[in-house]
Amino acid sequence: MNAAMLFGLCGAALVGFGLFGLVTNPQPLRKILAFNLLGSGVFLLFGVIARRGAAAGLGADPVPQAFVITGIVVAFSATALAVALLLRLFEATGQATLSADDAEEDSR
Amino acid sequence: MTAAVFADATTAGGYFLVLAIILPVAGILLSLVLGGRYAERIALILLPAGLAVAVAIFAIVWRGGEPVVYIVGGWQPPLGLALRADGISVAMLVTAAVVICATGLFAREEFRQPPGQPEARAPLVFWILLLAIWSALNALVLGDDLFNLYVALELLTFAAVPLVCLKGYEETIRAALRYLLFALLGSVLYLLGTALLYGAYGTLDIVLLSTRLRPEPVSWIAAALMTAGLLAKTALFPLHIWLPPAHAGAPAPGSAVLSALVVKGSFFLIVRLWFDAMPGLMNSAAAQFLATLGAGAVLFGSVVALRQQRLKLLIAYSTIAQIGYLFFIFPLAMGAMASEPWNDVGWTGGWIQLFSHAFAKAAMFMAAGLIAESLGHDRIAGFAGIGRVLPITTFTFGIAGLSLMGVPPTGGFVAKWLLLQATVMEGQWWWAAVMLVGGLLAGGYIFMVLGKMLCSADVPVKVCASVTRSREVVALTLALCAVLLGLVPLRPSALLQIGRPAIPAVNSR
Repeated sequence: MNAAMLFGLCGAALVGFGLFGLVTNPQPLRKILAFNLLGSGVFLLFGVIARRGAAAGLGADPVPQAFVITGIVVAFSATALAVALLLRLFEATGQATLSADDAEEDSR
Repeated sequence: MTAAVFADATTAGGYFLVLAIILPVAGILLSLVLGGRYAERIALILLPAGLAVAVAIFAIVWRGGEPVVYIVGGWQPPLGLALRADGISVAMLVTAAVVICATGLFAREEFRQPPGQPEARAPLVFWILLLAIWSALNALVLGDDLFNLYVALELLTFAAVPLVCLKGYEETIRAALRYLLFALLGSVLYLLGTALLYGAYGTLDIVLLSTRLRPEPVSWIAAALMTAGLLAKTALFPLHIWLPPAHAGAPAPGSAVLSALVVKGSFFLIVRLWFDAMPGLMNSAAAQFLATLGAGAVLFGSVVALRQQRLKLLIAYSTIAQIGYLFFIFPLAMGAMASEPWNDVGWTGGWIQLFSHAFAKAAMFMAAGLIAESLGHDRIAGFAGIGRVLPITTFTFGIAGLSLMGVPPTGGFVAKWLLLQATVMEGQWWWAAVMLVGGLLAGGYIFMVLGKMLCSADVPVKVCASVTRSREVVALTLALCAVLLGLVPLRPSALLQIGRPAIPAVNSR
């Protein structure tokens, strides 16, 4: 097993954990964390792909690295927006849950 | 082959493409610098300017019959990025511009900085978000690079989510958060797909990708991931649960933009992916699967809409149903894959459905907003007599509803007629059955509301606030746009085929 393979498998595992967490966890905060884990897996995958450029005599293909930087900025803003919404929700209701049943009980 | 579909350099008028994206961004920056009092004025100046740019691009593509290309910074793909306007993108550009302009005019009174008082936050945020959505949508329909499109898609989401919770009620914050979480899952799946595609083919430029793509497992997995992510953003059944609270909770102008344009952005990307980036990759099983989800959406959305007590929720469920129709484009336009799928009437029918729904649904949400403002509530049971108080708005709701049902002479009729014709030509009668049932159900929920509006009230209608004539006229204008679309000829449109590759590249190998 070479380094690229190892990194690729790590990326795949992160994507798997993140996806599982995002789909199964009911808590919004955990969903946000799972999204970040999933995102990290994808960025790692981009990093592995960048090694393809090594064959052309370059140290690495720079394009996927540019993708990762942009992707990190986007994921960061998404996380910030989600956390801000969650904080507002907590301020307004005293709890941080998405469940519709709780919401209806609160409003009645 | 490549040279035939791909212009190497910026074509005449290419600068308009940059302008379409940059103008709203400039407005956002200026609004941030100058503050809330100027935000509305800046937006109202930019709206007609942006509409003019959209019409100019439309005219250039229409006359030239060729896509307009702008190579950013003079760097050729695959290293650089290209902006490209073909037939479907210019049609989307103009639709978006018209709906956004109407929304701006409609929202003027709701989001005005009251003179002589401290600046309110909501107006500034609203005008900025409106321009942000416009800019992101333009970038989305003009982008020619899958990663660039990812960024545009994210900008669209980030502009759309805060619009949902502009009022700050707790249920709208909850709706916005749920919308955002769905959208994030969608975007990260899309990004994973682009990673796989870049790893396999070394480019994300749509035109280059279409020539390099081979039908092999990595392309299928990437396509499946990207499509699944985009479906979550388009709110196709069964990934629709975030849509009704989000679209019903937003202020009326916000709902209009969200329902008319934002969900169409991700649908546009799915079409780009399957028809432009991966022509010939889709097999009939995948197309039938997408259309089955669409059929589920048509039936489920319409039946649930019939059971709603509140008008805005009813309209939101109707959006879910109408999105379902769009997905019939896949089996109907892909069916004749051996020849040219876009010559099919199903292609034109699907797009006209998209445009007519955009106009009709924006008009309908505005009408619902005016009614709610006038009555102080939007419970359908309490609508008796509103036809006398707000005749123009009731008329608007009625003709927008006719377009949703597919009654001539509206755009909805043309769209559904072409789609039905395509089902017959393709021999896929089962979709025709779904469309007809969906039309009947739409008739059910529209007449349920109209019947209440037009019956006379036992007690005089209590009017909380009077609405101005000009806002009613704006909503009516949009509804009339949906009717105008009914006048397009009942045959495949030449405009929507501009810029399609002549032969699916994969088949030509």
